[in-house]
Amino acid sequence: MKNSALHLAGLMAATLFSSTALADELRLGLVLEPPHLDPTAGAAAAIDEVVYANLFEGLTRIDQNGAVRASLATDWAISDDGTRYEFTLKEGVTFHDGTSFDAEDVKFSLDRARAEDSVNAQKGIFAPITKVEVLAPNKIAIEIANPQGNFLFNLGRGDAVIVAPESAETNQTNPVGTGPFTFVDWQQGSKVILEKNPDYVGDDVYLDRAIFTFISDPNAAQNAMLAGELDGFANFPAPETLEIFEADPRFNVVVGSTEGETILATNNKAEPFNDLRVRQAIAHVIDRQAIIDGAMFGYGTPIGTHFAPHHPYYVDLLDTYPRDIERAKALLAEAGYADGFKATLKLPPPTYARRGGQILAAQLREIGIDLELINVEWAQWLEDVFTNKDYDLTIVSHVEPFDIGIYANPDYYFQYDNKAFQDLIATLNVVTDDAEREKLAQDAQRLLSEDAVNGYLFQLAKTGVWDARLSGMWPNSPVEGNDLTQVKWAE
Amino acid sequence: MSTRLLKAFSSNFAHPSFAIGFCVSLILVAFALLSLVWTPHATDIVNVANRFAAPSGNHWFGTDFFGRDILSMLMAGALTSLRVAVLAVAIGMVIGVPLGLLAAGHGGWLERLILRFNDFVFAFPAIITAIIITTLFGPSAINAMIAIGIFNIPVFARVARGGALSIWTLDYVDAARLSGLRVWQISVRHVLPNILSLLIVQATIQLSLGILAEAGLSYIGLGTQPPETSLGLMLKEAQSFFLAYPMQAIWPGVTIIAFVMGLNLMGDGLRDQMDPKLSKAGGMNVTG
Amino acid sequence: MVGYLIQRLLGVALTLLVAAALIFFLLDVLPGDPARFMLGINASDESLAALRQQLGLDQPAIIRFGQWLTGLMTGDLGMSASQRAPIAELILDRMQLSLPLAFGALILSTLIGLPLGIFAAQHQGKPGDAGLMGLAQIGIAIPNFWFAMLLVVVFAVTLKWLPPGGFVPWAENPSAAFRALILPTIALALPQAAILARVMRTSLVDVARQDFIRTARAKGLSKSQALWRHGVRNALLPVLTIMGLQFAFLIAGTIIVENVFYLPGLGRLTFTAISARDLFVVRSALLVLVGLVVIIMFLVDLLYALVDPRLKKRATP
Repeated sequence: MKNSALHLAGLMAATLFSSTALADELRLGLVLEPPHLDPTAGAAAAIDEVVYANLFEGLTRIDQNGAVRASLATDWAISDDGTRYEFTLKEGVTFHDGTSFDAEDVKFSLDRARAEDSVNAQKGIFAPITKVEVLAPNKIAIEIANPQGNFLFNLGRGDAVIVAPESAETNQTNPVGTGPFTFVDWQQGSKVILEKNPDYVGDDVYLDRAIFTFISDPNAAQNAMLAGELDGFANFPAPETLEIFEADPRFNVVVGSTEGETILATNNKAEPFNDLRVRQAIAHVIDRQAIIDGAMFGYGTPIGTHFAPHHPYYVDLLDTYPRDIERAKALLAEAGYADGFKATLKLPPPTYARRGGQILAAQLREIGIDLELINVEWAQWLEDVFTNKDYDLTIVSHVEPFDIGIYANPDYYFQYDNKAFQDLIATLNVVTDDAEREKLAQDAQRLLSEDAVNGYLFQLAKTGVWDARLSGMWPNSPVEGNDLTQVKWAE
Repeated sequence: MSTRLLKAFSSNFAHPSFAIGFCVSLILVAFALLSLVWTPHATDIVNVANRFAAPSGNHWFGTDFFGRDILSMLMAGALTSLRVAVLAVAIGMVIGVPLGLLAAGHGGWLERLILRFNDFVFAFPAIITAIIITTLFGPSAINAMIAIGIFNIPVFARVARGGALSIWTLDYVDAARLSGLRVWQISVRHVLPNILSLLIVQATIQLSLGILAEAGLSYIGLGTQPPETSLGLMLKEAQSFFLAYPMQAIWPGVTIIAFVMGLNLMGDGLRDQMDPKLSKAGGMNVTG
Repeated sequence: MVGYLIQRLLGVALTLLVAAALIFFLLDVLPGDPARFMLGINASDESLAALRQQLGLDQPAIIRFGQWLTGLMTGDLGMSASQRAPIAELILDRMQLSLPLAFGALILSTLIGLPLGIFAAQHQGKPGDAGLMGLAQIGIAIPNFWFAMLLVVVFAVTLKWLPPGGFVPWAENPSAAFRALILPTIALALPQAAILARVMRTSLVDVARQDFIRTARAKGLSKSQALWRHGVRNALLPVLTIMGLQFAFLIAGTIIVENVFYLPGLGRLTFTAISARDLFVVRSALLVLVGLVVIIMFLVDLLYALVDPRLKKRATP
């Protein structure tokens, strides 16, 4: 305090220059601050948004189109029965603390992630692994119980990055990876600073320094951008303000896709939603475009099932239950609810839920369904809705890629229990032939849409805003993260 | 109602700022109460096609981001803000005034205990109480009301005690005591009626502070939640549109300022007319 | 005086103890599981149990309260469940923002409010007085976050004189840290200055009616001289009381204003912790906020006792 006072006194006459960015520095805004910085020990997407591909690398990595690329593994071979993977590792790689990287680190990381006491949030990725074997310092073999269509993709996710035994326990506050950026400082509540890794083996990054600043308030985010305190937001929190940036030549507004299917999740075991006719009636009433326009100011793509529209396997099922109020009323009457009913709608904090919920409530009122809106924080949502299944309806975005398999789990919070669907997914999981996978995935999509398991609303858009002189930012987010490896300033 | 207050009331209309304050407050209260039975447009419909409409004959103040009529929203919002503030004052008075009377009448250890309690509650600004309640039960308008109400308790206790102490020194109270009346009987029969004007002045001021505090709590997400509305919540929601549609934030902001100023001017005017000895006891005009 | 001091200090300690007990037992029953939040929705029961044990959540409440109290004395508040950093460090770190902001606003509001109040009192009934008091009415009625929003639009977004928000630690760049606090301090201070100006004016007008001012004037001092030499000091007493109370509201105000300027202060720490159900951080941060208020009120009481010649033994509220 004494120091601050001295500074204050000395600076009373300080001149008021506006700060400007260094030439090769990027100041990126993020909405949520990560709870810690270890992507192998937490589910928060905010962790990956800072560290993925920048600080930590996995055997494989996901590129901006969602394709699997080489990363710490330069090459791999898969056995004919699809249960054994042999990876060749990049050589000469060191961790940021100077320790060297080899197959032992890979074995350590994977064994740690699949161990009994592992705190990895995606233990499911590692569940099929039966054995991890070091063949040579630069060669490793992984055996899995049965063939997995998504295995290489999953190894490229933030939860599967390679960490060193020396630093694994302290990665939460002092992350040590192999990536092209090194960790410099985390000013809690404010920002994380990364710097270029001079010892990186591979293509050098263009930026010397990257600063992630955490701003959750949409208005503050907008002000920070307009005042030039930030160079960009990979996903700007307030779609309603994008028109201001679009009108300003200093900024680029890039609307892309995410893996987030935004749905009206429905408790399929709760009265009266256990009645298919009630769910169909709701599906007939939902006006997707009105929700996209009202809640997201037009940003978002309508979906008719739980699948991303940009995925090659996607089927357009928007018209399974077209908007038809009379039909909806008839269905409700058939189900014995001619006068409608009361139910609750639990809304987590994001805008799509809070605003979308109000619009949806107005729509459902048209057929006499009277929704009580209950706003909940995420922790409470996790406990009430996700864990205890104590809910009727909720609005939430499922942001994990290719996650249609969650419907095969009858204990998942939708409580959708359909043997036919479970069989479809079981087959899909072990089939590796692409055409066959596509057909199975499409059958699964149709089944969900027809069963109206949930209300399918829209695919969340990624609304990026950044300095017009920046290039290399990802327009889409096929995986949680903000890969800065290709980002550079125009000369 | 005490005649002194009535007198203060009528003589005050000569006082221009009191007259203005009284009229503004009256209009806004009427406007808020009217929303119970009628608003120009429904506030629970969403009409996205009609959002951010400019003021027109149909929508005097235009429409908001959901296409809702801003005038109707202001009316409903003012009602929530008023309700929170009024009930918070009620909480403060129902608990605080008896405590203050008790402290003044009883004296001794009880008075010290109540003063200690007062100091203790003063250490919990409404926002901290609201944080605790929100952590436990989640945010809501009721939550804001309780938090503000708890803060009002020591305010009223202090004012009531101060006023009561000066009444207890008067001869007729001594007479009452000699005639065998108990402390609480004297407090209710003789003290309370005489400090009523003081309490009403303080209530006016706490009402204005309650409206401000509700706005602040709703702004940081601890108060009123959609689809309900309040003046503070309207400000919060208008915030991100401020550069593109500044009037969205100007209307609720101006309504809050008018409401708070109206009540304050009224309170000041009333206080100026009161027995100076009494008025000394009150008048903690601080925001919470 | 020493007896009074000891008595008051005991009072402060008791208040803090009761506050700590209240906060702990209220927040201990809060519905939520920090372990589950940290590990996310797919966490297994075993890893949850392991983490709960690691965080000490499996011990009885009374023991944890005891540990917390001991921790408060020794400065070791344990680790944050959600942020995996020592809580004491997190709180101290945020104080470098919250304290300068609250004290800065207190100083600024005094520097603006008192002179204006004195000026208005000297020109009682004249246009200057009426104008100032009218402005003060508006100042009191403006919601501080709304005022902050206007300040940002004018001085940061449009004129670009000052940053719209954010904070740089003092150690890193003191000038940037100072600049970051200018707008928030003004937004906090002006409404409080309006209150102070009003109280100062009223108090001074009261004092001016009293005998000793008349005596001073009879001795040949002008009205202004009399007020300055004898009035202001006496008029300051009620102002001091108000300032003590105001500090509580400034602390509360920083929580609101932090939100407008996305400042990493105690308020933000608390809100982040609430949404993470990190009760360890919430309870300690709240107690620090309450503690600040209690200590400032205690200091004001002391000052009051020192300044007021009539109060030798006991300060009445």
